[in-house]
Amino acid sequence: MTARIRERTGQFFRMRRFKTQVKSVTDTSSTILGEAVARATPAPIASRIRGLSDRSMAWLFITPAIALLLAVNIFPLIWAIYLSFTNFRANRPNAALESVGLSNYSRVLNDPNIWQAMQTTAHFVFWTILLQTLIGFSLAYLIDRKFRGHAFWTTIILVPMMLSPAVVGNFWRFLYQPQIGLFNHIVSFLTGIPPSSFEMLGSVRLSPWAIIIVDTWMWTPYVMLICLAGLRSIPDYIYEAAEVDRASLWRQFWSITLPMALPFIMLAVLFRGIENFKMFDMVTLLTGGGPGSTTEVASITLKREAFESWRTGRASAFAIILFVAVFGLANIYVKALNKVKQR
Amino acid sequence: MKTIKQALLGATSAFVLFVAAPNLAKADELTLCWAAWDPANALVELSKDFTSQSGTTMKFEFVPWPNFADRILNELNSGGKLCDLLIGDSQWLGGSAENGYYVKLNDFFDKEGIKMSDFADAAVNAYATWPKGTPNYWALPAMGDANAWFYRKDWFAQPEIQAEFKKKYNRDLAAPTTWDELIQVAEFFNGREIDGKKVYGAAIFTERASEGITMGATSALYPYGFKYENTPGKYDMEGAVNSPEAVAGLEAYKKLYKCCTPPGYTDAYMGESLDAFKSGQVAMAMNWFAFFPGLYKDEKVGGDKIGFFVNPKEKVAASTLGGQGISVVANTDNMDGALAYIKWFAQPDVQKKWWSLGGYAVHKTVLNDPTFTESQPFAADFLVAMNQVQDFWQEPSYAILLQAMQKRLHDYVVADKGTAKEALDGLVKDWTEVFKDDGKL
Repeated sequence: MTARIRERTGQFFRMRRFKTQVKSVTDTSSTILGEAVARATPAPIASRIRGLSDRSMAWLFITPAIALLLAVNIFPLIWAIYLSFTNFRANRPNAALESVGLSNYSRVLNDPNIWQAMQTTAHFVFWTILLQTLIGFSLAYLIDRKFRGHAFWTTIILVPMMLSPAVVGNFWRFLYQPQIGLFNHIVSFLTGIPPSSFEMLGSVRLSPWAIIIVDTWMWTPYVMLICLAGLRSIPDYIYEAAEVDRASLWRQFWSITLPMALPFIMLAVLFRGIENFKMFDMVTLLTGGGPGSTTEVASITLKREAFESWRTGRASAFAIILFVAVFGLANIYVKALNKVKQR
Repeated sequence: MKTIKQALLGATSAFVLFVAAPNLAKADELTLCWAAWDPANALVELSKDFTSQSGTTMKFEFVPWPNFADRILNELNSGGKLCDLLIGDSQWLGGSAENGYYVKLNDFFDKEGIKMSDFADAAVNAYATWPKGTPNYWALPAMGDANAWFYRKDWFAQPEIQAEFKKKYNRDLAAPTTWDELIQVAEFFNGREIDGKKVYGAAIFTERASEGITMGATSALYPYGFKYENTPGKYDMEGAVNSPEAVAGLEAYKKLYKCCTPPGYTDAYMGESLDAFKSGQVAMAMNWFAFFPGLYKDEKVGGDKIGFFVNPKEKVAASTLGGQGISVVANTDNMDGALAYIKWFAQPDVQKKWWSLGGYAVHKTVLNDPTFTESQPFAADFLVAMNQVQDFWQEPSYAILLQAMQKRLHDYVVADKGTAKEALDGLVKDWTEVFKDDGKL
């Protein structure tokens, strides 16, 4: 066994040496090619470019991107911050614009409906992330075993993620229909309770779970994909070394797989967390925030405030609060992620 | 180099023309915006006469009801030029008048001899004036409408069902005239098996996002005695909005929802009500008069199988107002053409044809015609309803007022949150805050 490991380790280092040599050859070819291209540049253009410093060139290249960023991201953000301190209403263009100080922020933070929406959002984010991470990682772990037909099953699992949320929302509405919906009939078949006796989208108790189920169904493949990348990045020789040390499968999972895949899992959690915090389309299509306000997540409240009630100033204040919350939490999380990666 | 410059100039011009051309309104073209529903198709048919007489091409922008307010109000607020003419909801009048989105039509009416006295008083009051009831006209009444009911006449006529009903309630089974009777009939039919199929009592409005549950519940609230203010114009809502009568009305609506609607009926509006009835699921359904011509023509449930009745009374007779007026959008590039359309539409002959095609004309020439009540099986009910309509706030802040009511009602009726009194108390609180913000309290 020891001889085999020594042989494998030798193979590993030989392979690394070979890769380094190949890289060195490729780099040299690139340099030669670059020089050839530079020589081929017409003289007037070349002289004009030569007049620019590297720094100027860099600015020239990134200016369009920065201009676009300023126009579509930074300017609206600054404008929203400005509006959040005013009484502006988009449906009353002729009304005088007055400064209201921190009143919009105070009203948003003291509004029980807003807090209820935040609570609903937190419930949704927590459960979807938990379920998607658990199921997504488990699926990735299974797919990574490379069983017969694993490529086919990977494709099948990825299908929900590729669908449009509008399509998903609409067909799950049909699936949840109490009289003809497949979901209710499957539950009825398994439990014996009549299909029309419960309403997934109309019940206060079940509707939050109905949305969690759909979101989990749709986005678990995404988490699986990221986790699979993490699992595939773990070198085989580590497992082989662990096998040599007679580590059990559980020990290998706990000491090798999980710690080495953790940065990827955390990345998936971050992406899904940010996405689900601003979830809008799926909830709108499935329940519209109802019944009552049971599934009214923060983004729906924000939309209603901004484009149905037209209280633009107050909606801006709410948007800024949400932005600061997500930005702050994401920053803390990214720091934690970096620490995990550095371990 | 010159050739390249010329080519670039040509390409740029072509691109500018390509982008700008659709936005340039033609002098002989008008775009009319409305909701996408049955009467809109009738208007397309009617407007062909206008095109043949004036040479003006009519374009139509019809938006599905759930998105109608969002889409069109966004258009108005952003100063868009999509619509030259707009058949907008009565609640939009206040905001559209005060923000200058609609053209005031008084001078035009005077000049062209168009008299508001030629139209039904309730329609003029609801669809044309702002401030409400004053002679300031921002629209021409275009489409009268109110919330009403229809039922399976063939089921009601079955002898064994009639006998069973009489035995149970000691009265004949007939179209309900009060809310108590309505709930009783709905309970009687609910869960019953008819023609081998389980049926339900009634399809009502429970939609959350736009205006559905408010329009449905006010059909119970108004008859029970709900008022918006104690003194009109004073915004004194305490004791009116949350009066014991209003509480009883809301409880009645919830009772009807809980006992007798089909499963999964938690977010239903016009389309769902029509579907439930047409698929033979319900004995009765509420909906706007606008749909009645289509229902009557329906091969499966129309004709002899369908009956209509006006919203049942309780303490008072009242119906929830629907319908719209037609306004000229101030931003139009074709003001003369838009006004010409209004002038043409106001003519008695055009109004008569409008009614014959399925539009609800409210011109007195049509309504006072001796043959009117016999012209359609629901015409007499329409006249009754239009004389007892009540409307939601038409204030510039109507959207916030409506959203508050949608939330309070849905929370109570569908989500079982709190009591009817708490829901209406909460509504008074919400509305008071809005009127304080507007400086009206």
